[in-house]
Amino acid sequence: MYESTVRSTNNTAPGAAPPAAAGSASRAAAGAAPGAAAAGVVAEGLGKRYGDLWALRELDLQVPAGSVLGLLGHNGAGKTTAIRILTTLAKPTAGSARVAGHDVVAEPQLVRSRIGVAAQDATVDGLLSARANLELIGSLYHLPKAVIKQRSDELLERVGLAAEADRLVRTFSGGMRRRIDLAASLVAKPPVLFLDEPTTGLDPASRNDLWELLRELVRDGATLVLTTQYLEEADRLADQIVVLDHGRVAAEGTPTELKARIGGERIAVSVSSASDLAAAAAALEPFADGPVTQSSGGGDEEEGPLVTAAVRSGTRLVEVVRGLDAAGVDAKDVHRRDATLDDVFLTLTGTRTEAAA
Amino acid sequence: MSAVATPPSPDSGAQRARWLISDSLTLARRNLAHVRQIPEKLLDVTLQPVMFVLLFAFVFGGVIGIPGGGSYREYLVGGILVQSLAFGMMGPGTAIATDLGEGFVDRVRSLPTSRTAYLGGHMVAEFAAMTLAITILSITGVVVGWRIHGGFLDALAGYGLLFLFGIAMLWLGTFVGTVARSPDAVAGIAFMGIFPLTFISSVFVPIGGLPDGLRQVAEWNPVSAMAVAARTLFGNPTGLPDDPAWPLAHPVLAATIWCLVILAVTIPLTVRRFLARTSG
Repeated sequence: MYESTVRSTNNTAPGAAPPAAAGSASRAAAGAAPGAAAAGVVAEGLGKRYGDLWALRELDLQVPAGSVLGLLGHNGAGKTTAIRILTTLAKPTAGSARVAGHDVVAEPQLVRSRIGVAAQDATVDGLLSARANLELIGSLYHLPKAVIKQRSDELLERVGLAAEADRLVRTFSGGMRRRIDLAASLVAKPPVLFLDEPTTGLDPASRNDLWELLRELVRDGATLVLTTQYLEEADRLADQIVVLDHGRVAAEGTPTELKARIGGERIAVSVSSASDLAAAAAALEPFADGPVTQSSGGGDEEEGPLVTAAVRSGTRLVEVVRGLDAAGVDAKDVHRRDATLDDVFLTLTGTRTEAAA
Repeated sequence: MSAVATPPSPDSGAQRARWLISDSLTLARRNLAHVRQIPEKLLDVTLQPVMFVLLFAFVFGGVIGIPGGGSYREYLVGGILVQSLAFGMMGPGTAIATDLGEGFVDRVRSLPTSRTAYLGGHMVAEFAAMTLAITILSITGVVVGWRIHGGFLDALAGYGLLFLFGIAMLWLGTFVGTVARSPDAVAGIAFMGIFPLTFISSVFVPIGGLPDGLRQVAEWNPVSAMAVAARTLFGNPTGLPDDPAWPLAHPVLAATIWCLVILAVTIPLTVRRFLARTSG
């Protein structure tokens, strides 16, 4: 076991920081010890600007060790930017962050030796076999050879790729690729894991398998930060959810809190034309438990003009239909549905996000 | 087995330096593994130059006369060595463009290793490919009748100069790779740049026969200076006209200056561009 080779990490010599961070190294070294208490992920006022555009603004995070944070949002919401900063791949324009007790700007190497990353823009090598990729990553973590070999075998088994261990990764399907990316992030048994949309593009069965795998990791003590576009995924895995919209935090809380805020069960009423929206909203109001949201449609799922609201428990669909009929609303469709990410945004921000607008 | 365990951290600057070297070699071995998977990746430094030697030696060799006498095959090999080193910029260019584009460099950066190690590994692997190209070409040359007639030290200087030029082209290629948007773009840029540069030069034909205008381009072309320098140091026929321009009259000095200028320009540009592209 390589535990025997683990070295003390508190004696960070100032010379250990890369040249860019040399100026702040001594301050960082002095601050390293107190961070150990909350050794998950802590961010304060994190922001990143590209040109004139703030991809991320004022992000505060408190992820205790051993818990799961879900960063929820559409494409372009700032999820990947947050992950890139926390994994030292991008420097923040504002704010600071500590991962596993170390500052991401001042001590990037110490952070890197304690994190695992599985992201679409930080991939494994397609021209190497699955096993060769894991072994390469193991040697770049400076683990002893025997440990690398053992860990690679174990991980290939764990992510169900043992039979494909010697195939070139570029011949892998999307699902297999996600699994080898995940395995790559686990080579050094890092205490903190960052997974950028780990299940995007997976079929439901593979998604369930991956969720199970992630739960196992958390049971073993890992801290997990994952991004997703799926409310359901965040709901299943996360202890804590941060909803990002246009680079800002739109909401945060436990999945239960968040769903309570937007209502779990919703009724959606499709109308033929946008001019019916107001009447439909008024007719739905008496049944609503929370705000009624209107959208003029044109969304991602060929939805026309739509009114949705969380409904009081016990509301019968037929009553809603009668109410709409009495108000003279030409409803094309009335149905119950679970809250979606769009509902979260509609409720929290009153507008559809760019991706869905 | 617990999921929470930490890989070793560097204790000192010396440890860091050791890791930089071992990581560079680890990453260089990765390129070697690529070649094992896809051997045709090496075609440009192996069969392609051999093909050029054979084509020119047997197809054109009979019709191209060397001013001042001498065998065309002996004239040719110095030129083709330089030509393949110039085209050698394509390999490192496409390699780094691929890694930047596909996110492998970011994968490396998320590990406790440095960007410098990536660049180091890249250079080591490409240097090895270049050494292979020079070796294969020299052997092919000997097979078709090329010989080194100069002294041992001159020959050594000749190979030293070829390696210097190869390294300059390696950096130039790496720079193009960090600027280009895709690996294909690198191949396009390299082809458009290097093809005319190696043909409007003394690589294949003595430049005395070139029309005015083209001849001046060939005379001041760094590739010509390199080819003439190699021929001079190896004691092969140079095919120079009676009144060569300054770079060809002092080929070794001119070629050395050209290489140093290319390095002085490309190294800082490449490093700056690589750091900019990998600091998001």
